Amino acid sequence: MGVLRSYQLRLRRKRWRIRAYRKSRELRCVVNRAQGVHPNALLVFSTQRNEMVRLPYFLEYYRKMGVDHFFLVDNDSTDGSAQYLAAQPDVTLYATRGSYKRSRFGVDWLNYLQIKFGHGHWCLTVDPDEFFVYPFCDTRPLRALTDWLDASSIKSFSAMLLDMYPKGPINSVTYEAGENPISLANWFDSGNYTIKKNPLFGNLWIQGGPRARVFFPDKPAAAPALNKIPLVKWDKSYVYASSTHNLLPRGLNLVYDSWGGEKASGILLHTKFLSTFEEKAREELTRKQHYAGSLEYQAYADGLDKNPDLWCKWSEKYINWRQLEILGLMSKGNWA
Amino acid sequence: MTVGIVMLAHSDLDRVEQIARHWVAGGCPVVIHLDKKVPKDAVAAFRDSLSDVADIRLSKRHKCEWGMWGLVAATQDASELMLSEFPQVRHVFLSSGACVPLRPVQELVDYLDANPDTDFIESATTSEVSWAVDGLEKERFTLRFPFSWRTQRRLFDRYVEFQRKLGIKRKVPAGLTPHIGSQWWCLTRQTLSAILQDPLRASYDRYFRRVWIPDESYFQTLARISSRKIQSRSLTLSKFDFQGKPHIFYDDHLQLLRRSDCFVARKIWPRADRLFDAFLRTPESALKQAEPQPSKIDRLFSRATDRRTRGRPGLSMQSRFPNESWENGLTAHAYTVLEGFDDLFEDFQPWLQRQVTSTVHGHLFAKDRAEFAGGETTYRGGLSDNAVLRDYNPHAFLKNLMWNTRGQHQCFFMGPGDVMDDIHWELVKDANANLFVISGAWLIQHFRSNQNFADIRADAALRQKLEREHLTALKSPFVKATHKVWTMAEFLEAPVENLRIVLDALEPGLGQGLTDTPKLTDLTGFGTFVRTLKNQGMHPYLLGDFDEGYDQPRQNAETRKPYLVR
Repeated sequence: MGVLRSYQLRLRRKRWRIRAYRKSRELRCVVNRAQGVHPNALLVFSTQRNEMVRLPYFLEYYRKMGVDHFFLVDNDSTDGSAQYLAAQPDVTLYATRGSYKRSRFGVDWLNYLQIKFGHGHWCLTVDPDEFFVYPFCDTRPLRALTDWLDASSIKSFSAMLLDMYPKGPINSVTYEAGENPISLANWFDSGNYTIKKNPLFGNLWIQGGPRARVFFPDKPAAAPALNKIPLVKWDKSYVYASSTHNLLPRGLNLVYDSWGGEKASGILLHTKFLSTFEEKAREELTRKQHYAGSLEYQAYADGLDKNPDLWCKWSEKYINWRQLEILGLMSKGNWA
Repeated sequence: MTVGIVMLAHSDLDRVEQIARHWVAGGCPVVIHLDKKVPKDAVAAFRDSLSDVADIRLSKRHKCEWGMWGLVAATQDASELMLSEFPQVRHVFLSSGACVPLRPVQELVDYLDANPDTDFIESATTSEVSWAVDGLEKERFTLRFPFSWRTQRRLFDRYVEFQRKLGIKRKVPAGLTPHIGSQWWCLTRQTLSAILQDPLRASYDRYFRRVWIPDESYFQTLARISSRKIQSRSLTLSKFDFQGKPHIFYDDHLQLLRRSDCFVARKIWPRADRLFDAFLRTPESALKQAEPQPSKIDRLFSRATDRRTRGRPGLSMQSRFPNESWENGLTAHAYTVLEGFDDLFEDFQPWLQRQVTSTVHGHLFAKDRAEFAGGETTYRGGLSDNAVLRDYNPHAFLKNLMWNTRGQHQCFFMGPGDVMDDIHWELVKDANANLFVISGAWLIQHFRSNQNFADIRADAALRQKLEREHLTALKSPFVKATHKVWTMAEFLEAPVENLRIVLDALEPGLGQGLTDTPKLTDLTGFGTFVRTLKNQGMHPYLLGDFDEGYDQPRQNAETRKPYLVR
């Protein structure tokens, strides 16, 4: 990486920071409970729209993990989820009617909130359908991980997106609020992921899984990216670049070892493929607010009409993080 | 007689208090050193909360930074206080705020009573140890280190470099042989007081003040002078990872720690409530006088280091993506690639699958689809047979297949009719690959096809070029694969013998017992076909020195070993 390149990236980072401030004018504070947040608090940042049915379990899951406070952006919900969130004692809620797409899919809004509230904290940035799993998560709270990362001078922690799906058609079982979505969508693809390196940002670009297998077999290059770096010891100079796939400064993207070893990493269980999915997909097709002209949703909708079963003979049934570790999807690294 | 506990603490004072109370309840007086960085009001609150305990003292506070002298100064002052305040103390045990006793205090007291004049201090000369990270083993004693490694890294490195260039070497004080070892020791009053009251202490202190990480060498070196009986090991279980920072224990290590029979362990995560509860509230009595057995914990942590530094061979994932030639194995396990066999023999794939326990796929890199064993459309791990998906990243396809099937030998066919221009180098460079090639055998497909001759000629020329590239790669210096190449002519000299070589490589001993042989393809007219091809200007030289009169399958093999080829 030459001097010119790194200067370009620096400018880009600055530009995104300015953009975050600019886009913050679209945000309106509904409830601010941030003054109660202590200096060591673990924070979750998320954007949501009409996720009422998912939110109860989402909040419960991360509270149990040891998250102290949630910073949420509500993007024009109509299902009462904003009121629900505003009533939660550990939620700071912002609302916006702004365009999801033009805030670079929520990244600008969250960058702003992270600059404002995240500085010096461990920040976990996840969608309401993403459930973070890390080594020893069944016996050690999230704080154990972040303390260990602090002690090891590690600033960012990767967790690949793992698409979960039910056996049989996606909409065959209805998901009810408060229910663990993993109990319905409990299958995944264990070994069909491809990795390339992004030469500019230094992050890995991972694709594959059931979405590539079923929805994108003929145009694999368009399959969604699965690499994510959701857990970061935030500094106000950082920005997420494209979703939580990569950040700047680029050193934060080096969450992998290049000399044969394994760094510690986790998984985001992605429970998009539930009974709620079809409706979402159809709505997004008319709103056209999602990535790459909603190409992804277009492909899903086509697939859904034909045969919405993602399950195959070689699907793995989810048990726990140790299973994911053995399968080589995540790693304990040198955390023992 | 009892044991005095010196505790160096800097944070999580509630835990420090809890541990200190535990020691005192077991009859051990405690001297606590709090880091200078702890805020004054926190110290005052701490002092207050402990005011009801008689046998706890707080010693003079020093600024303790890792690798610097402050830790030794703190230990010295605290030890002096211990020796002067508590005359009943015979052994002084150095511990930290993250050290938790695993066995009842009385067992430690008994153990030390049984070894009344033994000093437990890990102490070895620099040439004898390999644990020191950073390659400054000898130089920690011969250079000066006034700068902090943690906070002034650049100055630290520059100053080391500077001294090396000037050839500056400090003299070790006369009579001292530098020793290093774990910071956590347990010394007798005699030894400790001999160190602290040594008439030369001022000059020793002056020297060690500029030694790097003196807390791992000061007492370790001086104990060698004054001790009567040294056991060079620490009673504190403390493990370090590959970067030299201590491993941390959590609730899920409870059983492991219990079974270790160590007296004290560090570091315990301050929020590991279950561990604190288990060991401080209701310490379970192990067998009296049991010797510490940390080997299980050693294994756990050495596996962790191994995973971090070497990783799992053949695995590519989000946190392991090795640079070229650092893969430590391109794929996860051994596999076999057969080229040309299915052209030369009829129904070779099902035949081979009958002979071996390995999985026999078809052409995994065929143009239209990946021909998985059993004709499956998806395979282990969710690999799709879709050719576009596969060719999007064929290296990942191969790696994934071998990772997903680890433990089961895989076997597949290949030939220049496949999409092999990208993948064949990968196979050649992979030490796990076993390649068996019958060069030129693909021509049989043309021979049996119903194409126009001009098309055959063009296609054969193309395939010959591809196969030549592959064979050239197999002669390059980058070859790691095991391989054997026959021309088709060579192979036909003794087809069954050669087949045995392949089978023996797949499963040792299998070739010898071979009775059921595959049927050789009918080559009647092949000689004429080759001659025509040659006459039209396409020379199939990869066939080998092919007998142009070869218009019938060779009968000699049959006459020699009639049961072999039917």
